[in-house]
Amino acid sequence: MASTPAIEVRDLRKSYGEFEAVRGIEFTVTRGEIYGLLGPNGAGKTSTVEILEGYRERTSGTVSVLGHDPGERPVDLRRRVGIVLQSSGIYSQVRVAEVLRHFARFYPNPRAVDEVVELVGLGDKRDERARRLSGGQRRRLDLALALIGDPELIFLDEPTTGFDPAARRTAWDTIRSLKELGKTVLLTTHYLDEAQELADRVAIIKGGQILAEGSPAQLGVGESSRYRVAYLEGGEPVVTQTGDPTALLHELTSAALARGERLEGLSVTRPSLEEVYLELTADG
Amino acid sequence: MADDLTLLWRQYRFERRLFWRNPTAAFFNFLLPLIFLALFGAIVSGHRHELEIIVPGIAGMSVMSTTFTAMAYNLTFLREQGVLKRMRGTPLPSGIYLGGLALHAVTNAAIQLVIVVLAGRLVFGLGWPSDGVELVVFAVVGVVCFSSLGVALSHLIPNFEAAPAIVNAVFVPVILVSGVFFDVKNVPSFLRDIAQALPLVHLVNGLSGGLVAHHGGLSQHLTALLVLGVWAVGGVIVGVRGFSWDARRE
Repeated sequence: MASTPAIEVRDLRKSYGEFEAVRGIEFTVTRGEIYGLLGPNGAGKTSTVEILEGYRERTSGTVSVLGHDPGERPVDLRRRVGIVLQSSGIYSQVRVAEVLRHFARFYPNPRAVDEVVELVGLGDKRDERARRLSGGQRRRLDLALALIGDPELIFLDEPTTGFDPAARRTAWDTIRSLKELGKTVLLTTHYLDEAQELADRVAIIKGGQILAEGSPAQLGVGESSRYRVAYLEGGEPVVTQTGDPTALLHELTSAALARGERLEGLSVTRPSLEEVYLELTADG
Repeated sequence: MADDLTLLWRQYRFERRLFWRNPTAAFFNFLLPLIFLALFGAIVSGHRHELEIIVPGIAGMSVMSTTFTAMAYNLTFLREQGVLKRMRGTPLPSGIYLGGLALHAVTNAAIQLVIVVLAGRLVFGLGWPSDGVELVVFAVVGVVCFSSLGVALSHLIPNFEAAPAIVNAVFVPVILVSGVFFDVKNVPSFLRDIAQALPLVHLVNGLSGGLVAHHGGLSQHLTALLVLGVWAVGGVIVGVRGFSWDARRE
């Protein structure tokens, strides 16, 4: 069992009428991995994730989640998966620990309510009613409700949208702690830094297709296998892109030495994930 | 099976607990039919014939408001808030979740019927229900019929802001033409024909047979049962087929 991937998607397609929102997406998420789907709004992320969660039916392709077809909505799958939706309400009058206790009874082997409350950092809000929680606290309650059944696989759809920087850091720590617990996480985000911080591997999606896939570091190097070499010449910045920085540097430094000059402001950088992302998802 | 019943019971208890946790909402929920009863009861006070029309009429209206109106409101609210979608992602079977909601509405209908019967007896001096069997049969069929129609109506409501307008646009005309506040015999025939095609007038007739009838019994109201049954089947079909767990997207 442990050897089967957590998620396997092959040639997934989803059409709404004439519009094809997902156009042949393929990826595999191994167990224990945090996998990020990164892309602008309308890229097909939500359609893809909601097919995996069992909310939508696919038009074609094969999908396997923990060995099940989510389209059949098997109860065994729903017991082993936790879902944090982009936005989902909760009964406004319910108390934090109370709703967790209630949800815990849906699952065969739930985690202890106290443990989950602490994990998401709502320890001092146990008896607070949901309507009195701040936006960020309610988001943490969403996460707590997804974790209460002790799932193997957790879907996180835009988990920190609307958070202030400190709250995001805290949420990231919580998500990293899921990995330490051996959980698999499928993370959807349009924040690059979030993908870079958390994901072991990232797929960049646009127009219903995966444009690039790899670890955040690999994507920086691999996709546009170029280095950027910059220096000052007569006070003016010069920027050169190259696939072979060693040769270029040798050339530049030899020439400078021959002239008896220094190469002012010399730097060699790889494009960041952000640059790759912006380049890949640019219109036109 | 036993597990499902346990889950259903827990879900029902959960809904009840949260309902009472907002006492203002709960209070006004039960107050409205009592206000109508007090007003119209005061107007026709002492006129036994009119009272025997008003009390079953208010009883029918109470069944409709606690099931039809409440289900349409609640389902729209839960759908638009994303609660339905969240529940759909848990292992709790969908039927059990919705069953809990329906039982919750049915309980409110039962409470209101008891309140109306007690008020009729204690405040207006009507007798105790004359035919308990007929009363229960019509209450049960009425609750099933109007709950399913409430679910069906929720599919037509595009967002929660539109819910009060749409629900009232159905509820108010229906209670007006269906003889809740007056004897349908005094109504122009075209309105009476419309009312006869709708379920509420038949529920009121049936409840009337159970509450104050001087003759007949269940066998006198088989047509009424049939009409309610047809509406219930229609409500269930539309309610199930059009069901959406997800908020409408533009």
